Amino acid sequence: MVGKAEPVNGSVKSGSNQSIPAAMQSPLKKSDLIPNLSLKTLKLKTKQQELLIRVSILCLVYVLAFITRLFSVLRYESMIHEFDPYFNYRTTLFLTEKGFYEFWNWFDSESWYPLGRIIGGTLYPGLMVTAAIIYWLLRFLRFAIHIREVCVLTAPFFASNTTLVAYFFGKEVWDSGAGLVAAALIAICPGYISRSVAGSYDNEGVAIFALLLTFYLFVKAVNTGSLAWALASAFGYFYMVSAWGGYVFIINLIPLYVLVLLITGRYSMRLYVAYNSMYVLGMLLAMQIRFVGFQHVQSGEHMAAMGVFFLLQVFFFLDWVKHLLSDTKLFQAFLRITVTTAIAVGAIALGVGTASGYISPWTGRFYSLLDPTYAKDHIPIIASVSEHQPTAWSSFMFDFHILLFLFPAGLYFCFKRLSDATIFIVMYGLTSIYFAGVMVRLILVATPAVCLISAIAVSATIKNLTLVARAKNKVTQTGFVRGSSSLKGSSKASLDQSQPFQRNGAIALLLGAFYLLSKYATHCTWVTSEAYSSPSIVLAARGAHGNRVIFDDYREAYFWLRKNTPPDAKVMSWWDYGYQITAMGNRTVIVDNNTWNNTHIATVGRAMSSYENEAYEIMRSLDVDYVLVVFGGVTGYSSDDINKFLWMVRIGGGVFPVIKEPDYLVNGEYRVDKGAAPKMLNCLMYKLSYYRFGELTTEYGKPPGYDRARGVEIGNKDIKLEYLEEAFTTSNWIVRIYKVKPPNNRWERCSIFTLGPHCAALPFSGNVSWLGRINFSTNAGIG
Amino acid sequence: MARSTSKDAQALFHSFRSAYAATPTNLKIIDLYVGFAVFTALIQIAYIAIVGSFPFNSFLSGLLSCIGTAVLAVCLRIQVNRENKEFKDLPPERAFADFVLCNLVLHLVIMNFLG
Repeated sequence: MVGKAEPVNGSVKSGSNQSIPAAMQSPLKKSDLIPNLSLKTLKLKTKQQELLIRVSILCLVYVLAFITRLFSVLRYESMIHEFDPYFNYRTTLFLTEKGFYEFWNWFDSESWYPLGRIIGGTLYPGLMVTAAIIYWLLRFLRFAIHIREVCVLTAPFFASNTTLVAYFFGKEVWDSGAGLVAAALIAICPGYISRSVAGSYDNEGVAIFALLLTFYLFVKAVNTGSLAWALASAFGYFYMVSAWGGYVFIINLIPLYVLVLLITGRYSMRLYVAYNSMYVLGMLLAMQIRFVGFQHVQSGEHMAAMGVFFLLQVFFFLDWVKHLLSDTKLFQAFLRITVTTAIAVGAIALGVGTASGYISPWTGRFYSLLDPTYAKDHIPIIASVSEHQPTAWSSFMFDFHILLFLFPAGLYFCFKRLSDATIFIVMYGLTSIYFAGVMVRLILVATPAVCLISAIAVSATIKNLTLVARAKNKVTQTGFVRGSSSLKGSSKASLDQSQPFQRNGAIALLLGAFYLLSKYATHCTWVTSEAYSSPSIVLAARGAHGNRVIFDDYREAYFWLRKNTPPDAKVMSWWDYGYQITAMGNRTVIVDNNTWNNTHIATVGRAMSSYENEAYEIMRSLDVDYVLVVFGGVTGYSSDDINKFLWMVRIGGGVFPVIKEPDYLVNGEYRVDKGAAPKMLNCLMYKLSYYRFGELTTEYGKPPGYDRARGVEIGNKDIKLEYLEEAFTTSNWIVRIYKVKPPNNRWERCSIFTLGPHCAALPFSGNVSWLGRINFSTNAGIG
Repeated sequence: MARSTSKDAQALFHSFRSAYAATPTNLKIIDLYVGFAVFTALIQIAYIAIVGSFPFNSFLSGLLSCIGTAVLAVCLRIQVNRENKEFKDLPPERAFADFVLCNLVLHLVIMNFLG
């Protein structure tokens, strides 16, 4: 214990080289000179000191991960953000009110009118069940908390738990120092924070915890070969399957890892035990989730795992036979026969399965990861989501900062000390970085790998540097009784000439590392505060005098819907707002964010892009009572429906060829001013967005009808609505609600000048007045 | 050519049999159990080839219970086999306890999935 204290890497945060082993100092009563706030007065041994430092660092990191995600709760209020979390909130509310059985078998008629949605069978229940369990636990302890608070704070809580798992994972892969650094890095990494702030009650908040837990338990199982750890990893996998559709990544990465181990010759009995038990138990548990169903045996995305399972059986069977037989020649013959039979059987089975369609091919969502151009040509709905776009370099830098160049450094260290665990983390890192490059949303999946590998780089580098920096102390301490705090000892003369330079260089590099890490911490906090803490449903801006202006239009509109419309009213809007309307407005919607029925969405898209009379027919066929549009022309809000309009045209045109995208463009350009296409100026979306807008002056010095989001004066200011009437416009004109007028009670006098649905249908009925009948003959057959 | 391969196969079979006779009894019991489980799985596959696979969840749960217990028994055999140097420190009681626990979980899930 004398003079051999290992450099505690937790000192990354404190940057100090001053931790002195107590055993070195206590006989000399050094503690008398230092005030009571010192570890030495606790008379702890080095191991206990180290444990105390580690535990306190982990506690601090745990708290840090939680509080750094609370910006939006402090700035606005404790509410659910964005779009998808509202659906999760609604289902959690239902679960806590009605119980698990009702939740599991829930058929919802309030969305996708008139089709309805089987919610019980088409969602991932992990998140809702987790929040409900926390809620019931707190209620049991008599904390009178509302389910919304639990929902809002679930993601930060699980982010804190993720840091703990990252610590254990780092400890498993490298050592406890790397674990601590990994925990600290992942606590504040913006790539993870973006989907786990307080209020972002979405599947990823829980899924990343489950992902890292499954990987950690599996690596532990491979390292120890214990069935208990494999069982634990199967349960981790079950939790992941219940939480997120991204579990496909796990079920493909782990077989790939097993394959790599087999190829590189690192296989062992432990691998067999770990993978097989995890696969069989995990697969069975996963099939309990209704949404996943039989995909593990029927879907092409899961076939890799099954293939590797059979391969392992064959491989280890051959290994066992080889071990049993003494004659190698016979064994070679046997080997040849078995291998060829096995490959032939496998290939035939796969071929027959795929050709007959029993094994379904890769779904569009995942196929577009392998072929990024697929979605744009074939599935416009997937291509239209902004999170599915390829990642720019600036996004990588924004979300990872220094981890971006620490990642290759960490890869170098991993390759220097290859083991089963480091091979796994390298594979996880490389595959996840590739996918992160294909889709912005998947930076989230890459974040734990990048943090872990960077932590290895940081930890190994700092360990080496501190060893060099303390090397002089070892030589001097044999002769000195004064503490190593006096680094400029007078024994320089007795040392090598290179030692001081090495030591100074090491200290300089350590200071540089400390500077970089503190820059990282600053950057992460700034990014969290500026970019990732906005609720999206409440907008804020700076007023003319620098004061903060809040736009709460969305909730205003949904509350109006809730209070001023009949309970069975049906609302038509673009699918982005469906979840929010059902959750907050409590009204039936036509389409929502689940986007499971492309034709239904295309029908709505067609209605929005048609002229008013054609749209009225579609709306009557869908029983629509209210139409909701989002308009950003007054406030300059750029995520409004006019900017999304081309996607409505594309999706509608994908199913109904009558809608053609070039009709709405002028020379390939999308315009809303005087030079816009005539179909654009008269379609329903344009009319509903700009109704009465032509009279409004939005900016000083600009003509009335100046659209601040597009920066132009609109082309068609004199808009008259025939089949709809304006019901409500929010205070900043962001959400506009229109009521669909019911058809007339009596037949209008039809002439050749009034065409439309209310003039048609019953050509020779007795209800028509004798005056009407005279004019009717001109319209016979028009309908 | 055929005679040489058949002689090869016979020689292979004989040497395999003599080597296998040398394994300890407890491992042979486990092998017997694995063989029984695989045999049951084959019977089930023959059944669906004749009758059809409805309801699919019941078929899967039956088949996977056989394969699952076979796999777990093989894992037990690996951990209990005294020739495996990696598992030298693992007491066989612990291996058996893990085996029982995993089987318990397996069959509970099967019971739920059986419908």
